[in-house]
Amino acid sequence: MSWELVSGLETHVELSTNTKIFCGCTTKFGGEPNTNCCPICIGLPGTLPKLNRQVVHYAIMAGLATHCTINNVSKMDRKNYVYPDLPKAYQISQYDKPLCEHGYIQLDNGRKIGITRIHIEEDAGKLVHEHGDTFVDYNRGGVPLIEIVSEPDIRSIAEAREYVEKLQMIMKHIGVSDCKMQEGSLRCDVNISVRPEGSNEFGTRTEIKNMNSFTNMEKAMAYEYDRQIDLLESGGKVTQETLRWNPDEGITTPMRGKEDAHDYRYFREPDLVTIYTTDEEIEAIRQELPELPDARIARYESDFGLPEADAQLLVKYRKIAEYFEAAGEGLANKKTVANFILGQIFRTLVTDEEKENGAVAIPPEYLHDLAKLLEDGKIKMNLAKTTLDKMLETGKPCTDFISEQDMGDIDEDTLRTICQSVVDNNPKAVADFKGGKDKAVKALIGQVMKQTRGKADGRKAEAMMVDMMNDME
Amino acid sequence: MLDYLAQIRSLQSMLREKKISCTELTQAYLDAMERDNPKLNAYVTATPEAALAAAKQVDEKLARGEELAALEGIPMTLKDNISTKDIPTTCCSKILEGYVPIYDATVWKLLKDQNAVLLGKTNMDEFAMGSSCETSCFGGAANPHNLDHVAGGSSGGVASAVGGNLAAYGLGSDTGGSIRQPASFCGLVGLKPTYGAVSRFGLVAYASSLDQIGPITTNVEDTALVYDQICRYDPMDSTSKGAEGNTLSHLKDPVKGKRIGIAKEYLEGLKPEVEAAIQQAMKTYEAMGCELVDISLPALKYALPVYYILACAEASSNLGRYDGIRYGYQADSYLNTHDMICKTRSAGFGKEVQRRILLGTYVLSSGYYDAYYKKAQNLRGSIVRTFREAFDHCDAILAPTVPMTSFPKGFTSQDPIETYQTDICTVPVNICGLPGVSIPCGFGEKGLPIGMQLIGNTFGEANILNLAWQFEQATGGEFNKKVEGGLAL
Repeated sequence: MSWELVSGLETHVELSTNTKIFCGCTTKFGGEPNTNCCPICIGLPGTLPKLNRQVVHYAIMAGLATHCTINNVSKMDRKNYVYPDLPKAYQISQYDKPLCEHGYIQLDNGRKIGITRIHIEEDAGKLVHEHGDTFVDYNRGGVPLIEIVSEPDIRSIAEAREYVEKLQMIMKHIGVSDCKMQEGSLRCDVNISVRPEGSNEFGTRTEIKNMNSFTNMEKAMAYEYDRQIDLLESGGKVTQETLRWNPDEGITTPMRGKEDAHDYRYFREPDLVTIYTTDEEIEAIRQELPELPDARIARYESDFGLPEADAQLLVKYRKIAEYFEAAGEGLANKKTVANFILGQIFRTLVTDEEKENGAVAIPPEYLHDLAKLLEDGKIKMNLAKTTLDKMLETGKPCTDFISEQDMGDIDEDTLRTICQSVVDNNPKAVADFKGGKDKAVKALIGQVMKQTRGKADGRKAEAMMVDMMNDME
Repeated sequence: MLDYLAQIRSLQSMLREKKISCTELTQAYLDAMERDNPKLNAYVTATPEAALAAAKQVDEKLARGEELAALEGIPMTLKDNISTKDIPTTCCSKILEGYVPIYDATVWKLLKDQNAVLLGKTNMDEFAMGSSCETSCFGGAANPHNLDHVAGGSSGGVASAVGGNLAAYGLGSDTGGSIRQPASFCGLVGLKPTYGAVSRFGLVAYASSLDQIGPITTNVEDTALVYDQICRYDPMDSTSKGAEGNTLSHLKDPVKGKRIGIAKEYLEGLKPEVEAAIQQAMKTYEAMGCELVDISLPALKYALPVYYILACAEASSNLGRYDGIRYGYQADSYLNTHDMICKTRSAGFGKEVQRRILLGTYVLSSGYYDAYYKKAQNLRGSIVRTFREAFDHCDAILAPTVPMTSFPKGFTSQDPIETYQTDICTVPVNICGLPGVSIPCGFGEKGLPIGMQLIGNTFGEANILNLAWQFEQATGGEFNKKVEGGLAL
């Protein structure tokens, strides 16, 4: 029998507000343990939370960017459980009135993955195990999170990955999170079940907690998919349980009963008031939302004639997309600019992070000026390429490397003179050519280019020199 | 000897007229505390150095000829669940043993900024859970009118101190009657303000949707004076609204023609002497030209169960943080983190607190939530509507504060349900977030004071304090009786 995978994801995304969700402490990652804390975020007796309105704003942005309905009336609830990293013994979260509901993310294959809800909540601290002791670091406690819950619409591991990648791209694009899986600012819980191909019923699901990399997520899902099928095919049953992925052994293991069997005793947080958001506020947030990645990719394809893959690569990093648009401003041919970025410039931005930060050595105006010279026919591609390399190396504008003399065409007579001298001075290459090695002419063109500082029309030079050599005895 | 109960206004004029220095006044209180606190057990922490330091500032100000703020230089106390920076705040629980806050509650900050002289922190039922002050890990506070009786609870220490002349006034907290009941038991005035009038920031939470800080004083004017100073909007408390703080200027307003609601539901099951005192008070108001209006509060019968379900539910969550990890008591030996938390909580919390945590956890559990918590929330709505409708027909409601006078010591530990029932008259005000003031209106057996309650509409403090002040005037203040001992001045 063939089995279909059914999966839904709960994705926690850390919001990049400057301060925590209920106090004025910084949300900066790192820092000495327990230095970014105050009486409120360590839950000292008598303290009260105060909702950071920026968190609501960012969550609404995330909701609008994923086609959600934004609830005008929302509230906070307490989720009660005891764990040393949770200083109040409850997490302030949202239970039955989340900020955003009923959205979706569209995959490249056209399928829509439904988003059930997006709610805001506070992060917990972190346990640190050292020298046989356990310590608690509350720096992360109270950092704002949104939890994005998807419908069980995902049907393959590849779809799961694409869904998270899209989510990541959207969140980064609208600037609400840096979504760094390795720093834990994006984490996933994966719900997974299997069913016979063609069935409409859902199988019993398991939940794999805390996936913090794509590799782990894919491996864990593949393992769990096989495990469940093996179980069912051997006449067994899947138990609904919470699992932990063990990357060293490559297996999922059930969490201990105590961690699993939670009765969170949700109830309304009495220390916070109802969150009201007017239609006007929501509209204003919609207006300030930047163009979303999918729309941007489509525009690059249709308006600029970029190939889909190129458009996707540019849009993957919001700052690169912005750089591209700034550099291409006013130019007829955006493709050249895109090629410069995806080729030479990307070679200087090795890591994802460098691309993300858009840390290009030259400002977009410099690239624009270079592309403009090319577009106006004042310089040739060869010269443009070598110049760009120099610009990237030094951070200087193109005018530092291209003289007035370099611009403007070389007249036919001058070119002929140069070609003649190259032919005259390279008897070996000429002999090779005449001996049947057509490639030898390339070396000669290189010489011409060098002498004209890349300004010569390669094809014209080639034709001239071939004629010259053929005329020779 | 000051053989009458201190009044803020008279103490301040003594200071202004330089009849006494603030240091001398403070020292007199400190001496009285040393002498009488062993009998009353009102204070659990004395802060003589801080008190004398504040007094010195006031004296310097007076020497410079500067004006004093409303409560400047007046010796006072705070219930031990109001956070005070560098001064232990224990909630009279073993679990907060050794805990010293690193920040000030907003109310204390407001008073400290005007050089209030804090004499010490006062006794209370553990985490404000109790009606006699006897669930305190330090033992109960005695009633200054009869040392064999309790001061009431949970703010029993404040009432014992103020009633015993060991502080001019104090701030307590009221979740289900914890200011009004001890005020009533000790012959004092106690105001539970409208929910949101006074900041809760720094008040160690018992039941967040019900808790409110308020004053206990020896007379109505002082209550108005203190309330006006603390009813400030506080951005640190999202449920804070603040109030105008103009009650003092309305105390002497005429009350003729005001409609006073009388609900039969409040008059059931009273001890005869209490009923007689309330009847007498009604006559007094009639004589003052007020109109008595019969009102009906049918939902009142649900108030007690609703209160205990909601308060315990919130408490079970609020008290979850006491795990021995960050502050306070920690069990000596344990196997692992989980065992440490269990042992710490089992040994750190007293019996009554554990009972309420268990009850609260139960009513919030899946499977029971709908039957208890949700139903109680719905009924809370009905009770709120009942009162809203009642205020269409009257300006204030007159009711007893407690159906009886102060219990003998040890009484409440016998039957918790019976003890819970003594809160019947006070809890509706908290459920509805309304203001209620308890004022003395008589004496019962063994010279124990009887109190009555004036309940106002939301933010109607000026109105009920006006009615209370006029009553006090009309009765010549005869119920604000002097007590034995007193302050040596």
